[in-house]
Amino acid sequence: MSLTLTERILGGSAGEYVDRRVDRAYVHDGTGVLTLEAFRSMGVQAGMNPEQISVLFDHICPANTGLTADLQRELRQYTRSAGMQFSDCGGGICHQIMSEGRILPGEVVVGADSHSCTGGAFGAFATGVGATDMAAIWASGETWFRVPETIGITLEGRLSGAAEAKDLALSVVSRLGMEGATYCALEYRGEGAATLSMEDRLCICNMGVETGAKNAIFSADLVCREYLGSYGHSIDLQIPSDCSYHREVTIDLDEIVPLVAPPHRVDSGKPVGDLAGTEVDQVLLGTCTNGRYSDLKRFADIVRGRQVKVRTIVVPASRDVLLQATRDGIFTDLVAAGCTVVSPGCGPCLGMHNGVLGDSEVCLSTANRNFKNRMGVGGLIYLASPSTAAATALAGCITDPEVQV
Amino acid sequence: MITGQAICLGPDIDTDLVIAGRYLRTKDRSVWGTHVFEDLDPSLAGRLSGAVIVAGRNFGCGSSREQAPVALREAGVVGVISPLFARIFFRNAINVGLPVLEADLTCRDGDQIAINLYEGVIEVAGARYSFTPLSPRMRDILDAGGLVPYWRGKA
Ligand code: SF4
Repeated sequence: MSLTLTERILGGSAGEYVDRRVDRAYVHDGTGVLTLEAFRSMGVQAGMNPEQISVLFDHICPANTGLTADLQRELRQYTRSAGMQFSDCGGGICHQIMSEGRILPGEVVVGADSHSCTGGAFGAFATGVGATDMAAIWASGETWFRVPETIGITLEGRLSGAAEAKDLALSVVSRLGMEGATYCALEYRGEGAATLSMEDRLCICNMGVETGAKNAIFSADLVCREYLGSYGHSIDLQIPSDCSYHREVTIDLDEIVPLVAPPHRVDSGKPVGDLAGTEVDQVLLGTCTNGRYSDLKRFADIVRGRQVKVRTIVVPASRDVLLQATRDGIFTDLVAAGCTVVSPGCGPCLGMHNGVLGDSEVCLSTANRNFKNRMGVGGLIYLASPSTAAATALAGCITDPEVQV
Repeated sequence: MITGQAICLGPDIDTDLVIAGRYLRTKDRSVWGTHVFEDLDPSLAGRLSGAVIVAGRNFGCGSSREQAPVALREAGVVGVISPLFARIFFRNAINVGLPVLEADLTCRDGDQIAINLYEGVIEVAGARYSFTPLSPRMRDILDAGGLVPYWRGKA
């Protein structure tokens, strides 16, 4: 019987334990501090080529307190002296920078952040670990995995109307539930998958971990080849798996509608109409889920020439996104519409700076998590797509992007 | 053998609830133990010394923050039992030397629990439960006290 894509990359069948060399390892300013501390305590030499290791500052950057700045300075100095790849303040979110030509099909990619599953969009095995596991990877260049069972998700049809990849991602999480894919791989396939752009696939893989999945993956096809070609890579296409899965799910993209996930569960997605009229205090466009060029463009296309009614924070996912959107005049439109622009990074997603919520304030966010108190004590987070966020920003309350035009 | 009093919690406790993001930036680990579960029930932190947490499904879902299992250990938790752990939390817990076990048991707050990690047996309130023991490598890491001492032993 043939193997799933994840089994092929890890070189074992579901349930087996394997040791695998890691092709790319990365940390951010938060987990990097702990990784360095654990690595130093191990008292070993770095065994991994430092060029395969990236340290990318995004979580609280620029620093919000003296202590944060001190911790970052120490990690920055170490990173430079060790010859690791480094991205400082303003470079953008680690997952996005890795997605800009640093991850290739068939690779084993490990990030010290739960959303490291994002890189599966390129046909790589990409997963998140904690800081101490990462320290052991710096030490040895490898780690152990239990090969996961794969849930095959066959996509049919094509997204239509105001529905976006984010709505599909929210719908998958709501269907499987927050623990429905714990320990499994999600493999996206089918004719519908071919209609999705790389940015769509990144958004979908990013939210894989919200189902408990270990990784999410699309096989590298022509869309992937063209995207990576723009970064100077030429890749072999991956032959999609033709195998039986642990579980199979079929989704018709034509049936996907704009969804909103109210607090505090990510799997609580409902059609936006069910929540229409809910007043909001803040709209957040950005994060590793929806801070890419196409997200900013869709948002700008809706708010252009009008005024937002509530404070609206826009955080481009990376410097490249910021540059491209600036060249195309998107930021002119966003600023003219009354939006506040924050430097590339995680922004207010983790409730540390740049838009922390007050008690009982409501935020409609394009992020991936609406956990209790995540963006500030007592704050309430509703998750939705960039188009729904734009319609909501214009109206000041949750609004269906298909109704608002 | 691990023994302690049960503290029972519900399902889907995410790592933000174990230790809130606002406490992450520090080098003083005791801060995490003091503020553990603060957004869930602020009275919990003071009752965790010597406790075995018996949680519902999907314990530790959410972020990769290793401060979550460290916070539990700092607060004095001696083990965590859940029918299903989020995978990054599970791996992190072993790596920081916090015993975690997948088992589905019925008990009440304050019940005395005894766990035999090697035989895969839990005794509580007069009942015996068996669970799949950890893989040999995970047991080695736990026996060493976590992944850092495990590596230090190799250096
Ligand atoms: S944008 Fe939010 S979810 Fe993504 S890496 Fe940053 S903090 Fe995590």
